[in-house]
Amino acid sequence: MSALHLRSVAELARGLQAGEFSAAELAQHFLDRIVRLDADLNCVITPTPEAALAAAAAADAQFAKGSAGPLTGIPLLHKDIFCTRGIRTSCGSRMLDNFVAPYDATVVDRLKRAGVVTLGKTNMDEFAMGSSNETSFYGPVRNPWDTARVPGGSSGGSAAAVAAGLAPLSTGTDTGGSIRQPAALTGITGFKPTYGRVSRYGMIAFASSLDQAGGFARSAEDIAYLMTAMAGFDPLDSTSAEVAVPDYVAALEQPLAGLKLGKPREYFAEGLDEATRAATEAAIAVFESLGATVVDVSLPSSTLSVPTYYVVAPAEASSNLARFDGVRYGYRCADPLNLRDLYMRSRGEGFGREVQRRIMIGTYVLSHGYYDAYYLQAQKVRQLIASDFARAFEQVDLIVGPTTQAPAFRLGEKTADPISMYLNDIYTIAANLAGLPALSLPAGLASGLPVGLQLIGPAFAEENLLAAAHGFQQATDWHQLRPEIAQ
Amino acid sequence: MSLDSDQVHRVAELARLSITDADLPLYASELSAILDMVDQLRAADTQGVVPMAHPLAMVQRLRADDVSECDRREDFIALAPESADGLFLVPQVIE
Repeated sequence: MSALHLRSVAELARGLQAGEFSAAELAQHFLDRIVRLDADLNCVITPTPEAALAAAAAADAQFAKGSAGPLTGIPLLHKDIFCTRGIRTSCGSRMLDNFVAPYDATVVDRLKRAGVVTLGKTNMDEFAMGSSNETSFYGPVRNPWDTARVPGGSSGGSAAAVAAGLAPLSTGTDTGGSIRQPAALTGITGFKPTYGRVSRYGMIAFASSLDQAGGFARSAEDIAYLMTAMAGFDPLDSTSAEVAVPDYVAALEQPLAGLKLGKPREYFAEGLDEATRAATEAAIAVFESLGATVVDVSLPSSTLSVPTYYVVAPAEASSNLARFDGVRYGYRCADPLNLRDLYMRSRGEGFGREVQRRIMIGTYVLSHGYYDAYYLQAQKVRQLIASDFARAFEQVDLIVGPTTQAPAFRLGEKTADPISMYLNDIYTIAANLAGLPALSLPAGLASGLPVGLQLIGPAFAEENLLAAAHGFQQATDWHQLRPEIAQ
Repeated sequence: MSLDSDQVHRVAELARLSITDADLPLYASELSAILDMVDQLRAADTQGVVPMAHPLAMVQRLRADDVSECDRREDFIALAPESADGLFLVPQVIE
């Protein structure tokens, strides 16, 4: 049997069930890999070996009692945006470098109750603002496929960790592409559910009308196990959807024959790297060979996704991040002269440059005299973008296209030009604006680097997305490709 | 739309961010570039379009008006940079 970090979640569960290895041994295997390999990659901000081994012992007791579930004893890493009681939650920021949350996020709580073993908290762009993981207070994460390159962001640590075999599963959040883009750049499967599907309680807010939690794994099947535990109504989140959650694992086995896929012409226009285009087209041909039909669709307003997002997201962020004031928790500047100085310097010193840029953009677009021209206009265009999807879904079941314009770029390549960094999310942002579920799955290589294929579905059609991705992964082995470090 | 250093200074004041004078010109050029990109929105025809504030067509959920959380004052005060007698401390506000 293969090494533990090469196995799927279902294979690990079977091994645990059969007593081939214990949850403690499984946790130790991944903890050792983190110690041995993460110095170069910088995926993990806070490893939690003691808590992991205690949770593993509890999982082993569950197996002994015969009360284990499908995720009991499965190791996982949490993005450091989810509050964890008693364990630091930094959000990648100096502002929260000393913050130990007094409660668990609902996502953390649900996964604990499902029996997962949390190995630690992963690195991320500061307050989830970034597409390369270079804005983290804790330094950049490196891509396991080429350590001179970025893993994408903002959930870069969670993505790179799964790609490097440091954990079989990890959580992430996606506000404009922060799960799908790093999944594409590190060659793994990343899933963003419908807005409202997963509770935002205890997930540090960036842009509340866009933020959604999801996760990373090697395959859609593994994601189905994770989502079955994560998703569901939560009275503690006022935007949580009261919609029944299907068993995503049971729903995986749907035939692809008869599936109608829409190919938006705007996603194949200028700017798409040729090798990425070729890999995307080849992946779409696989769907056709499996019986799916592919038709051209148009999402004309999606070309305005990036400018719409850079009004809506900073506006919401400037409001959400007003809570970090140096008074109740987090960073406080030394020797404040007065209350105003305390606010100004705590925020000026506690936030990094990208976060400050976005707070200022948000403050500006919401300020008197500019609100109508920027914020209201952006909300109207957001409506047009959502209507485009509604029209397309009258015609097709899912939308298919590239996740990013090109594979992973080099560290430092885009840090001097915020706009070029923002354009990383050109194909992913529209799904957030419309609140739709979407995923990225590995679809081949371009110059030795992974390429991601994006699928977008109608609201609450998660099981159809996962089933389509699973069908593709049954017929191909792109998701089995691993960087050398993970072999 | 382009912003100069004075305008950035005013926005930073509104946002309660201390920014050194030396950093203002770079912020001004970066924020101007972002606003230039955002200006593409002006060309969109949005006549009669209802603004979309939120992706879920939902009404605000209400809950029963009863106590659902316990008193965790000590846990929260323990996080404060400075506190005394169960209160958060800040520099003197009233002379």
